[in-house]
Amino acid sequence: MSDKKDRVIELKNAVIRFAGDSGDGMQLTGSLFSDSTAIVGNDFATFPDYPAEIRAPQGTVSGVSGFQIHFGDMDIHTSGDQADVLVAMNPASLKANMNWITRDAIIIVDTDAFVEKNFKKAGYDENPLTDGSLTGHLVIEAPITTMTKEAVKELQLDNKSAQKSKNMFALGMVFFMFNRDYEGTFKFFEDKFKSNPLVVEANKKVLLAGYHFANTIEAFANTYKIEPAPLKKGLYRNVTGNLATAWGFLAAAERSGRNLFLGSYPITPASEILQEISKHKQFTAIAFQAEDEIAGIVSAIGASYAGSLALTTTSGPGLSLKSEAIGLAVMTELPIVIVDVQRGGPSTGLPTKSEQSDLMQALFGRNGEAPVIVIAATSSSDCFYSAYEASKLALEHMTPVILLTDGALANGSEVFLIPQVASLPEIVPPIVKANDPDFKPYKRDEKKLNRPWAIPGTEGLRHRVGGLEKEDVTGHVSYDPLNHEKMVKTRQEKVDRVAEYIPELSVIGEKEGDILVIGWGGTYGVILTAIEELREEGQKISFAHFKHIMPLPKNTGDVLSKYKRIIVCENNLGQFVNYLRMNFPMYDYLQYNKVQGLPFMVSELKAHFSSLLNE
Amino acid sequence: MENIIETPKLALTKKDFESDRMVKWCPGCGDHAILKAVENVFPELGIPKENFVVVSGIGCSSRFPYYMNTYGVHGIHGRAAALATGVKLANPELSVWMITGDGDSMAIGGNHFIHVVRRNPDINILLFNNKIYGLTKGQFSPTSPEGSKTKTSPQGTYEAPFNPGELVIGAHGKFFARVVDTNIKMMSQVFTEAAKHKGTSVVEILENCVIFNNQIHALITSRDTKDENQLFLEAGEPMIFGKERDKGIVLRGTNLEVVKIGENGITEKDILVHDPHTEDSGIHVMLASMMPPEFPAALGVIRSVKSHTFEELVWNSVEHEKKTSKLKNVDDLLHTGNTWVKQ
Ligand SMILES: Cc1ncc(C[n+]2csc(CCOP(=O)(O)OP(=O)(O)O)c2C)c(N)n1
Ligand code: SF4
Ligand SMILES: [Mg+2]
Repeated sequence: MSDKKDRVIELKNAVIRFAGDSGDGMQLTGSLFSDSTAIVGNDFATFPDYPAEIRAPQGTVSGVSGFQIHFGDMDIHTSGDQADVLVAMNPASLKANMNWITRDAIIIVDTDAFVEKNFKKAGYDENPLTDGSLTGHLVIEAPITTMTKEAVKELQLDNKSAQKSKNMFALGMVFFMFNRDYEGTFKFFEDKFKSNPLVVEANKKVLLAGYHFANTIEAFANTYKIEPAPLKKGLYRNVTGNLATAWGFLAAAERSGRNLFLGSYPITPASEILQEISKHKQFTAIAFQAEDEIAGIVSAIGASYAGSLALTTTSGPGLSLKSEAIGLAVMTELPIVIVDVQRGGPSTGLPTKSEQSDLMQALFGRNGEAPVIVIAATSSSDCFYSAYEASKLALEHMTPVILLTDGALANGSEVFLIPQVASLPEIVPPIVKANDPDFKPYKRDEKKLNRPWAIPGTEGLRHRVGGLEKEDVTGHVSYDPLNHEKMVKTRQEKVDRVAEYIPELSVIGEKEGDILVIGWGGTYGVILTAIEELREEGQKISFAHFKHIMPLPKNTGDVLSKYKRIIVCENNLGQFVNYLRMNFPMYDYLQYNKVQGLPFMVSELKAHFSSLLNE
Repeated sequence: MENIIETPKLALTKKDFESDRMVKWCPGCGDHAILKAVENVFPELGIPKENFVVVSGIGCSSRFPYYMNTYGVHGIHGRAAALATGVKLANPELSVWMITGDGDSMAIGGNHFIHVVRRNPDINILLFNNKIYGLTKGQFSPTSPEGSKTKTSPQGTYEAPFNPGELVIGAHGKFFARVVDTNIKMMSQVFTEAAKHKGTSVVEILENCVIFNNQIHALITSRDTKDENQLFLEAGEPMIFGKERDKGIVLRGTNLEVVKIGENGITEKDILVHDPHTEDSGIHVMLASMMPPEFPAALGVIRSVKSHTFEELVWNSVEHEKKTSKLKNVDDLLHTGNTWVKQ
């Protein structure tokens, strides 16, 4: 028998999905595979897919937890439409994922879990391995549970602990399949289970057992290899969107010389930002877990008045609760960043799924004329730069900024080129010096129209702010009709003028022509992939993606005017397209919408764009 | 144990805190006297004038920050406690005063109120209790007595009222005091004690809304009944009251009772002595609950117990982490965990 490593097939990219019961450790398996992917130099993106319930009933479809990774020798912008390899630890994981794998995907199953009682729980009438439903797939049947127990027999672990490492058997198999080195993973075991050498040993043994099993069975005709991606030189790491968001804020606080204050209330899928900032008191970052979302933002407004870079983080239902307080920040013209990690709505909706349906709420969901800056992060790693920019705009323009991310960006991960904080743009808030004789609370900067920031504790600047309308310049309470109109217009213009301080909209593809595809926020990677593939196939199709939404980039109208057809793609019923219709009514817009709590797939976008191109 | 902050005196006067804005409360409104008392107290606290921040919610009472020449934020309805917490956490050096009404803190802001008390940041809460919604012109509030006839309860209310003192103590409050708006001297004395207490101090002010709830506190405040209905508590002093100072409070079984000194063999020695500094809140809550006509209303500092403050714990943590963390800056953080170099 020859070593299968002789028969190596080179691929450009591949998608693997690890699926099992929510207690099976699939997230860890996936992240260990990601680490090894980093070491071989591939670009990659990942996405976890787990149930809203912490431990949904074992063995059922609703209890399946999945982790998908897309890796390749080129720039990878998405976690992949469908998996080329599925690891299914039980019948439910197979059932839950049949729609998310390619027609000829390789399926690795733990045959020990494919028994009568599990078929029922998963909703199968018969054994799916034998009823012909997997025709077309290469099914690798491995008695993973048995062999895991076998591998650790001599360690004399109890049954439960022994079974716990069966995910590492599967990982070993996939490592073999993709010619991966397991030394890094061993190192991880040694660090993670430092206090428990037996567990380190067990995990190593089981991983190796899986690796060797894959090598010996006939089922694997080949193994696969993917060359390193041509990434820019530099130091890289993997980040999820929520981690990147938290770090972007920490960087902005350091660069602006302000203490960070986060007032927040836990909510999926935003909680990790609060959790991450809670860890970093060494940077004088204070994370205040408030009693509700309202107290979260209002405490942040208090901290902002007192001179901090103040934030609040939430998801849709929490944004609803914060509306009134955002209005207070608009009126008091205090800097604050509100992060909304969007999820499926309305109401509690789909807490663990992603959507772009809070856009209108972010733009207009307040009483009165209450303009705020709205920006939307475009990828998991862009969350870092978006959080940084949101902070800069809030601090320099003295206004609330809403930063929209979404569940897919937040939990998905991506390769991140680590920047140096000193290389990020400087942040200079308009802080007033003590005893400034010219200080007036609402006397504005001529260019930006921002008001000055006079921080309590500073001599000679005592003043009051509040939610009642303010007299121009003095900031005294005023009910004067003309003053009110002037202030309403000024607050709007202050936000409009931010267009001078943000980048212009750029276009990928022809600068004028037939079709312009438009997206905003988190759909960037998937639309870009679809466009790149179509363009490689020789199609003429252009793409412009919006990160800055309020205000829009200065050249937006110009760009829109250059194309015969404009199609706006978003994960809602058409909120951004309607915003464009409102701002640029002179153009016609087509729209492509998906509101399933799921991101777009490259294939569906390509199919839709192709049909447009062929019309 | 009590919790006291001592600060040196600065050469400040009332004038330093008077604002040039026209005070727009109704003539005769109790709020005017409260403003006077606060103006008396601020210059005496030894705190630089730029270190005061007065925050509020919404209501007649909550207009207060506009009438003080300090830093100030007039917030949104019910949320003053969150504002105050944010200011204090961001800069513990500031002397933070929170002005709120019975609607503001007992209704819409009830949640924030109990939580601020539970966390115990060093802020001073002045709760203007006129037992009515003043600013919205006369609807009942959560402190209106059951059966109160107001614009929204023409047949009288059907709900039991809150007693703020009970809420404060129930939420593990460390400082609770009560005063009447008719006695500027009493207010000044108690506000000063509230300011000196390290931790959240809540002072309930029985305030009269002349327009929508006139004389609601009359039994306690009016000239002819006040002596029989006010018990001014002082640490270490027996709980004696009455025009003739012939009445007192005793503990009988598990209840408080009003007794007459000299009757049934009762002497001054039998009267309960006030100890605001005891951890045990049993007597404190009973004192806070006392109301005429059965009892006198307890005034002065009912409870003042030592404890660490919220911002103290948070900032100690900050200092500790700064000293011990391996991460000196955000660049260090970005380099933690798994990183790899692309050549
Ligand atoms: C969100 C919101 N709801 C309702 C109101 C209307 N409102 C303003 S003040 C107030 C009640 C004020 O009562 P209280 O707090 O007792 O203050 P007072 O006027 O009696 O001093 C109400 C209901 C508001 N301003 N905001
Ligand atoms: S309505 Fe009542 S509470 Fe409000 S200012 Fe007038 S008297 Fe005072
Ligand atoms: Mg009131």
